[in-house]
Amino acid sequence: MIQLAWLIPILPLIGFLIIGLGGKKLSKNLVTMVGCGSILAAFGLSLGIFFQLHGTTQVIKLSEWISTGRLHIDFAFLIDPLSVLFMLIITGVGFLIHVYSVGYMKDDEKYDRFFAYLNLFVFFMLFLVMGSNYLVMFVGWEGVGLCSYLLIGFWFKNTEYNNAAKKAFIVNRIGDLGFLLGMILIYITFNSLNFDTVFKGVHDNAYNKEIYNLIGILLFIGACGKSAQIPLYTWLPDAMAGPTPVSALIHAATMVTAGVYMIARSAVIFVNAPVASEVVAIVGVCTALFAATIGLFQNDIKKVLAYSTVSQLGYMFLGLGVGAFTGGVFHVMTHAFFKALLFLGAGSVIHAMSGEQDIRKMGGLKKALPITHLTFLIATIAISGLPPFSGFFSKDEILAAAYEHNKIYWILGVIGSMLTAFYMFRLYFLTFHGKFRGTHDQEHHLHESPKTMTVPLVILAILAAAGGFLGIPNGEQHLLYKFLEPAYGYASTWMDRPKAFSMDEARLMIIAVLSACAAIYVAWFVYKKKNMIPIQNEIDMPKYQRVIYHKYYVDEFYNAIVRKPMDWISDKGYKYFENKVVDGFVNGVGTVVKWSGGILRYAQSGNIGFYMFAMTIAIIIMLLVKLF
Amino acid sequence: MSAIQIIPLTWYVTLSAILFGLGVLGVLFRRNAIIILMCIELMLNAVNLLLVAFSAHHSDPNAQVFVFFIMAVAAAEVAVGLAILMVIYRNSKSTDIDILNKLKG
Amino acid sequence: MGHITITQILFGVLSFVAIISGVLMIFTKNPIYSVLYLIITFFAIAGHYILLNAQFLAVVHVIVYAGAIMVLFLFVIMMLNLNKDTEPHKPAWIQIAAVTAGGIMMVTLVGALKGADQMKLAQPNDANIGLVNNLGKVLFNDFLVPFELSSVLFLAAMVGAVMLSKKNIH
Repeated sequence: MIQLAWLIPILPLIGFLIIGLGGKKLSKNLVTMVGCGSILAAFGLSLGIFFQLHGTTQVIKLSEWISTGRLHIDFAFLIDPLSVLFMLIITGVGFLIHVYSVGYMKDDEKYDRFFAYLNLFVFFMLFLVMGSNYLVMFVGWEGVGLCSYLLIGFWFKNTEYNNAAKKAFIVNRIGDLGFLLGMILIYITFNSLNFDTVFKGVHDNAYNKEIYNLIGILLFIGACGKSAQIPLYTWLPDAMAGPTPVSALIHAATMVTAGVYMIARSAVIFVNAPVASEVVAIVGVCTALFAATIGLFQNDIKKVLAYSTVSQLGYMFLGLGVGAFTGGVFHVMTHAFFKALLFLGAGSVIHAMSGEQDIRKMGGLKKALPITHLTFLIATIAISGLPPFSGFFSKDEILAAAYEHNKIYWILGVIGSMLTAFYMFRLYFLTFHGKFRGTHDQEHHLHESPKTMTVPLVILAILAAAGGFLGIPNGEQHLLYKFLEPAYGYASTWMDRPKAFSMDEARLMIIAVLSACAAIYVAWFVYKKKNMIPIQNEIDMPKYQRVIYHKYYVDEFYNAIVRKPMDWISDKGYKYFENKVVDGFVNGVGTVVKWSGGILRYAQSGNIGFYMFAMTIAIIIMLLVKLF
Repeated sequence: MSAIQIIPLTWYVTLSAILFGLGVLGVLFRRNAIIILMCIELMLNAVNLLLVAFSAHHSDPNAQVFVFFIMAVAAAEVAVGLAILMVIYRNSKSTDIDILNKLKG
Repeated sequence: MGHITITQILFGVLSFVAIISGVLMIFTKNPIYSVLYLIITFFAIAGHYILLNAQFLAVVHVIVYAGAIMVLFLFVIMMLNLNKDTEPHKPAWIQIAAVTAGGIMMVTLVGALKGADQMKLAQPNDANIGLVNNLGKVLFNDFLVPFELSSVLFLAAMVGAVMLSKKNIH
């Protein structure tokens, strides 16, 4: 079974080829069958591997890829608990979102293309997590970036959506450069890009901290781009331009967690790179807090979720940075469940509201959308960190590790989770409670979504509610830790073993839960009891609120310090360098050729006698040269 | 008694060079394309003579085979060359090379 | 070598005839005479071949050049009715330049090839290499494929010549 692992990424690729090449010629049913079927088959295979793995690590070499000089790179897949866990998340959640898309995209004219892109994305994502060296991972990494671009700009007739897609692509490129440099540095240091070789190299020579710090920071820059951390997070909220299932699959559950996967995979490097780990933790906690504050005053349902994604990704990096690799990966998993559920729920709401995304125009949807309401509530509780839902366990594990590492991180983390609880419940109350604030047409049109959309919601809700039990803090008996432990390999020498559950941790838990409850109470009081609606007109906002509403003007800031100078340089470069130097050179070559040709044409007299004369003289000269 | 044992190779070289030079001179001197073709034949013969002289000198029959092939090629060349001249003459009523300046740049 | 042998005398006479008739070929106005002088040159060269013990080549030379090629030239000249002195002269300076260039060519060629007889002989002289028997063996053993290919060349030349000289080509 494990030897068949190469089939897992191939299946979505085949799906992509069939749908992509068949295009409009295929019937909608066939597209659905192929699109969802390929992912379901991949999920089945992943499950089979999961049950046969028994904590082993296996490399499946398909072929040699690059073999020049000292550089040898195999086209190989690494099957170990970590990659299998991600494979399960990708194919499992991916399948549910595919099924959901069947209902959501039903009336879109580019239905086939949507499924082709989704399958292609799943292919690349699997490639990313299954690669057995950094280069294969990088191929997947770039591939998901491409699919993200294609899917954000899926409705490419809208210029703004197109710009969002371009922004995502370009910002990711900055991060990718860091990843690439990190990869080159890894190759220079270890003469290999294979995970095995590199990690063994770190294990055998753990004293070379400077270089590991540098590698770690470069890799983390890559992760920052893909996983939307400060300062490269700005693309993710704009990426909400894509269809909602895309936001759920790519920009919440899978692709944005690629950075977490990469760092968890490189755990050996990071446990030996204290500075890099500290950077990861600081950036993580700052992002968690920063994005959460922005989330407080956003009025677009998807934008709120986008900022909460950025914030939750910050928590994952905080966990990785303080050494809680299991906690980070655990949060990836629970986040995949509840955030995919939130996005799909939001999609269901948007579907019912005929495309309206502004929560100020919703309200009271509880009655019209009972299933969506219930599942959305579960997800909201889960993300807010109330027991016994999944988010509680994973977030608590990260916060406990952060507390042990540095108390400031813990305080900031708790404040962040309070804010999360507040804005998530604000979103919930504004959307599902109170009076309906939309137009009469919209009210008339309200309806619960079709089965294909609600069934994935229900399944995800069950997972979001129960998924946390995989990680009940119980020392070495922590289920997920036991499962993942073999994957850490060389890193486990330096990693903290999970401690038995203590009173300290319980105290921390209680504080976190109480603060979240307080935040929820405030949200309930303001938005349910007082029925307050967010201010419609920007001018009426208090100053601080306006700053946050405009996302701290970060986009404007980037525009001013990056885009404007670049535009200026490009403009000057075009006017002076391109027009004068480059064009001048090219035209100059043309002029010289034309001029010399004009002179040389007099030699082409057309007189054969003259030609023969010239030839004779040339032969004489050649003979003379030979003679002397 | 073969000539090669009595007559130095240099003599043959000189003779060939003179004949070849005459061929070149003719090509440059004359304007009639037919005469120019004939001069080319003369040059080919000068080379042939040199080849045979060297062949006898070295007792190597391969050079004579080479001469044989040169004759074959020369015959083919003359056939095609004269056919081209016929066409030219038909078109321009002349075989003077100085009026054939269609290739003027 | 103190005295002059018959062979040397023959070499001198043949060379003289070849060069003189070559010169006459170039400077005669009438193309018919040019052809005839060239034929004389070719016969002189055939004589040289015989002196060099290359009997086979001598015979082939006479047949191909004097017999076939020159007749072809004559035919063409007759057909085109060029047997008159119609050719205008080139300007004097071109004539002088042509003679100079040809002369320099001659001198440089002699200069380039003059060291040839100092070359070591590969093997003792064998007077029989130019005989038909010997040459035929070489031709049909070592050079069979080129020999057969030359027939293809002739075929191509024949087709080409016929195509070119056909009237009313559209």
